[in-house]
Amino acid sequence: MTQLPPPSSKKLGLVIDLDTCVGCHACVISCKGWNTENYGAPLSDQNAYSGAASGTFLNRVHSYEVQPDQGAAQLIHFPKSCLHCEDAPCVTVCPTGASYKRSEDGIVLVNESDCIGCGLCAWACPYGARELDAKEGVMKKCTLCVDRIYNENLPEEDRQPACVRTCPAGARHFGDLGDENSDVSKLVAERGGFDLMPEQGTKPVNKYLPPRPKDEMPEFDVLAPYLEPVASDGKGFVGWLDKALSALPGGAK
Amino acid sequence: MHPAPSVIIFTTFSGIGFGLLFWLGIGALVPTGLSALIWFAIAYAAAVGGLLASTFHLGHPERAVKAFSQWQTSWLSREGICAVITLLIMALYGAGLVFAGAHFAILGWIGAIGALGTVFTTSMIYAQLKTVPRWKHWTTPALFLTLSLGGGALLGGQIIEALILLVVAGALQFYAWMSGDTRLAESGTNMATATGLGHIGQVRAFEPPHTGTNYLMREFIHQVGRKHAQQLRMIALGLGFALPVVLLLLPFSHIFAALAVLSHIAGVLALRWLFFAEAEHVVGLYYGKR
Repeated sequence: MTQLPPPSSKKLGLVIDLDTCVGCHACVISCKGWNTENYGAPLSDQNAYSGAASGTFLNRVHSYEVQPDQGAAQLIHFPKSCLHCEDAPCVTVCPTGASYKRSEDGIVLVNESDCIGCGLCAWACPYGARELDAKEGVMKKCTLCVDRIYNENLPEEDRQPACVRTCPAGARHFGDLGDENSDVSKLVAERGGFDLMPEQGTKPVNKYLPPRPKDEMPEFDVLAPYLEPVASDGKGFVGWLDKALSALPGGAK
Repeated sequence: MHPAPSVIIFTTFSGIGFGLLFWLGIGALVPTGLSALIWFAIAYAAAVGGLLASTFHLGHPERAVKAFSQWQTSWLSREGICAVITLLIMALYGAGLVFAGAHFAILGWIGAIGALGTVFTTSMIYAQLKTVPRWKHWTTPALFLTLSLGGGALLGGQIIEALILLVVAGALQFYAWMSGDTRLAESGTNMATATGLGHIGQVRAFEPPHTGTNYLMREFIHQVGRKHAQQLRMIALGLGFALPVVLLLLPFSHIFAALAVLSHIAGVLALRWLFFAEAEHVVGLYYGKR
């Protein structure tokens, strides 16, 4: 059913730390790998080895430059995937009931055998979290690795989304955001976690942690521009090479 | 938004087809026998042809019947149900006129209300989307309805009604364009709220997530046609409204009437193309685009 269930007490989701993310895209690759080999239709690529490569991804990392009024610009890497919204507009627009939000843990999923590939759910999502797979003709989205997090065949440390498990910087956290005493909820409270596009009224479960303020600007030596790139008192072979090359017509003095 | 030919053809021709079914249903014209067969064939060709075109963009059209199930929340589902019920009722009404010469007025009126309902539910598929501020406005359903009724009246030879509705639709379209141009900016959604980084400073998209394109960019970010938007608007207003109105005001001739219909359809195709091509989806903000 595409009617949203009453809000669940358990709200599984991700907390993404924009201060820590180094923009390595490892989460993108591990997500693509796990979700191509496991739950549902594989994530296809088109013209993968040409100049016009394109493919389905459930997680993508943008990079933004933010220029404050004073001081140097900051570069911020910004991973984005489904936010498993409480008021998920993608669910209610679905004409077939393929799109649904789980009442037990709030995960938003697509039943691919009911999906007609009309694309309306992707139109309704402000975050670009849903992509219609060009090969399979069905809508793909982040499952929060529902086939990992409850999977008792996996070692306990692997029972978290592939992107979280793989992040080398520890920038991604998985947990129950409905429980105010959970590690992720405490992290959100401590660091001032925020919603993306709150004015869209989707009430995302996933939160983002802002970059920490820079405590000091990097120092540059005022004499740096005057430093010569090559030492003029070179000795031995390097010194000879320097002089010999300078002596050639057009050589640098 | 990507101006897919399937949805442009669907909304244009289904709109006119259901508009004609409305005028047939309320008894504005009550043909019988062969003439009724031709009128209903024209209306069904437009309405059903448009609906079939809309299935071309589906990934799995063979499952389309599942789309009738979620009428409680989904405008797309409601539209499918309205369309099928209307077409069935009007088929009965039409069969009465064609084969028995019988005019079941009540059936016709129910079908006419269904035709309006179908066009309204179609428009709400677009007007409900908060992600496309240009569409989320009362002018979207108002325009779909007046264009459908006006086009139907024109096709059905209801000259006075067509004249009034085309003038109203033209004015509505002009207002929708003018007011729509600023609606994304007024929606409060921008790169600062999209990224949540506005408190630090001015946000600029530095590097996209990939070197190529993707489904989101193909579907939601369409900038090619916008540079000619003003010219296309003039063409749409001229062909869709001004020329048909002038042709209708001239002394009646079948040639002028046929030209008015063709000109109107060409104009509506142009404005529907703009309806999609000009609409900005907020996901474009993540790519630093509109």
